[in-house]
Amino acid sequence: MKHLMKSLALGATLLATATGAFAQAKEQFFPLLAYRTGAYAPNGTPWANGKQDYLKMINARDGGINGVKITFEECETGYATDKGVECYERLKTRPGVTLFEPQATGITFALTDKVPTDKIPLLTVGYGLAASQDGGVFKWNFPLMGSYWTAADMLIQQIGKKEGGLDKLKGKKIALVYHDSPFGKEPIPLLEERAKMHGFELTKIPVTAPGVEQKSAWLQVRQAKPDYVLLWGWGIMNATALKEAQATGYPREKMYGVWWAGAEPDVKDVGEGAKGYNALNLNTSGQTPKVIQDILKYVHDKGQGTGPKDEVGTVLYTRGVIIQMLGVEAVRRAQERFGKGKVMTGEQVRWGLENLALDQKKLDSLGFSGVMRPLSTSCQDHMGSTWARVHTWDGSKWSFTSDWLQADEQIIKPMVKAAADKYATEKKLTRRTPADCQS
Amino acid sequence: MLYRENGQFKSTYRSDQQIFPILQDRIAIALLLIAAFVVIPLIASPYLLTAIFIPFLILALAALGLNILVGYCGQISLGTGAFMAVGAYAAYNLQTRIDGMPMIVSLLFGGIVSTVIGVLFGVPSLRIKGLYLAVATLAAQFFVDWACLRLGWVTNGSSSGSVSVAGLNVFGLPIESPVQKYLFALIFLAVFALLAKNLVRGAIGREWMAIRDMDVAAAVIGIRPVYAKLTAFAVSSFIVGVAGGLWGFIHLGSWEPAAFNIDRSFQLLFMVIIGGLGSIMGSFFGAAFIVVLPIILDGLPYWFGIPIDTATASHLTFMIFGALIVFFLIVEPHGIARLWSTAKEKLRLWPFPH
Repeated sequence: MKHLMKSLALGATLLATATGAFAQAKEQFFPLLAYRTGAYAPNGTPWANGKQDYLKMINARDGGINGVKITFEECETGYATDKGVECYERLKTRPGVTLFEPQATGITFALTDKVPTDKIPLLTVGYGLAASQDGGVFKWNFPLMGSYWTAADMLIQQIGKKEGGLDKLKGKKIALVYHDSPFGKEPIPLLEERAKMHGFELTKIPVTAPGVEQKSAWLQVRQAKPDYVLLWGWGIMNATALKEAQATGYPREKMYGVWWAGAEPDVKDVGEGAKGYNALNLNTSGQTPKVIQDILKYVHDKGQGTGPKDEVGTVLYTRGVIIQMLGVEAVRRAQERFGKGKVMTGEQVRWGLENLALDQKKLDSLGFSGVMRPLSTSCQDHMGSTWARVHTWDGSKWSFTSDWLQADEQIIKPMVKAAADKYATEKKLTRRTPADCQS
Repeated sequence: MLYRENGQFKSTYRSDQQIFPILQDRIAIALLLIAAFVVIPLIASPYLLTAIFIPFLILALAALGLNILVGYCGQISLGTGAFMAVGAYAAYNLQTRIDGMPMIVSLLFGGIVSTVIGVLFGVPSLRIKGLYLAVATLAAQFFVDWACLRLGWVTNGSSSGSVSVAGLNVFGLPIESPVQKYLFALIFLAVFALLAKNLVRGAIGREWMAIRDMDVAAAVIGIRPVYAKLTAFAVSSFIVGVAGGLWGFIHLGSWEPAAFNIDRSFQLLFMVIIGGLGSIMGSFFGAAFIVVLPIILDGLPYWFGIPIDTATASHLTFMIFGALIVFFLIVEPHGIARLWSTAKEKLRLWPFPH
């Protein structure tokens, strides 16, 4: 009886503390959807570490966002849509929830339907629905810094430059080796449009997810003998693709990857075999930028680092830092309007994301000089910046081999608008009014 | 003491043949139904409904279908995910291509298409058994995976391969909020569970069990193996197809073929094994176990303040699953359902030891 009473009392106190924790909204809560297991973990892990380290650094260095402390919790999705949805449902009810960044295109598709009802913005930096660039229809989606259509566009531009002009592409063969999922299929509409415009032949070669088995795909490449191969892979698909390219003897110099197929985990194991492989990159890498130095100083030197120290500053880690910075800056911007030093709601953060104005001066003050290009969003444009560069692997490190490329909005904007309108008709939504843009 | 049948005499065949002949059972089921239909929608938070109850209901339905095939008829199937996918995409196609199509009709149509595909892939069962049949159904899984990705008309020409549904309603009543979705899935499950229970209690169910236990002897006494096996595939695929439609429409809302991949097939098979092969209740136990355990393990760090790294929690889930499957197959091959019926047997004697 005494034992029973004791355990009852213990249970009651635990319950009380648990429910007590729910009540306060004194902190800005960042749910961190990540995948540290599964086929995509090698690339997902540095990304997730970058995100966490940046938040820890902001807490340690600045004491939060204008005094509002940041809390976060990671949830393992394994790149699976249903687990991502479950993580979303579990974490969206936490007080002070800021935004969601699912790290996966499949999960983005599922959450795009849910966020308008729950009023939490969805940040999809460099991935997600290409049509969500149109803020007039996608009020809650923010594909900042680029989508797969801008990426594909920039790669075609770069290939055109290499050939000596986009008109020289006529009659050439470009193969798209892509991950057979919404992520991999997303660039196809734009590539088909460009193929029509310039007269090159687009060969689509899908690779069954997760992409461990690519022998048949690269046999097709060998038979088709394309002039260029665009690699749209993620996780272990990238390293496997490069190994297969080496095995079938396809010149890596002719391969161009999207910005998710051009990071250290993809080429480290292949080493010299991937020499000459090119990929897009939205940001620089390395430990010199001030923000990376601050992370090393305030987080890793204090033993609080989420991942290993030598991972700090790698391509995907830096991208994770940038993504989290965009989220934090959106909160800061929202605080400028809705109250400095207060915890921001999802709707307020959405306004912040829609009114971001990160010019070069601001980026320098944040410690991001030279890392990324300035970005500014608006009601109709939820992307903010459409710039990227190509970097090449020389066997031991990445180095930039192109100027800054900008996606051709003349081609992309009408496609985005058409796709957004189609989405709106399917879901029975209406375009936002100008009055709604001011809110 | 509590669970005695004393004084409960049956005077008609009908009352003797009912599903729950014991009064206490009937009371328990009535309470359970009241809890499911009335209490849970009132007290459960939206998170509990969307993340635990709705997946549990839909996967219990799928496990029910699979249990009919694997547990009652003894035909091992590793292609359940494929049949769910067929149901989901067929329902999606009917719903999207024909304006104003009622959702229930779409879901049932998904079940019918899944039946056709299921019978098609069930034909090998007439010649091969056991592990070989498992491989044949595995082929179904990969074939449907391929078809959903490569055949454009399956996804209604979606360029990304991802499809979604919106504006779900039944005769004008919206099925949007967690409570509405929960009740919708619950009604489907209740109806199908009743149908399945009556099927397995009837002649066809006995034919399935005869085929499972000793198919040569069953054929000798006049049970046609073709009929029994193909009807098992048909009924099972129908239920699984409807469950697939519900999974896509109600739970996910927007899905790609990866939602119904081989992992889903394995998950359902584990549910049926752990829950109890050849038992309707076993499907429910298995589904509850497999849906709730990962969520509990993932939520442990927050609820109890035990810091588990998310990757570790994910790996732990796999390890515990594997360990439990091995444990159950050694200790209680008939699953949780057998533990439950053993407990009930003991309850009949309680407080006496024998």
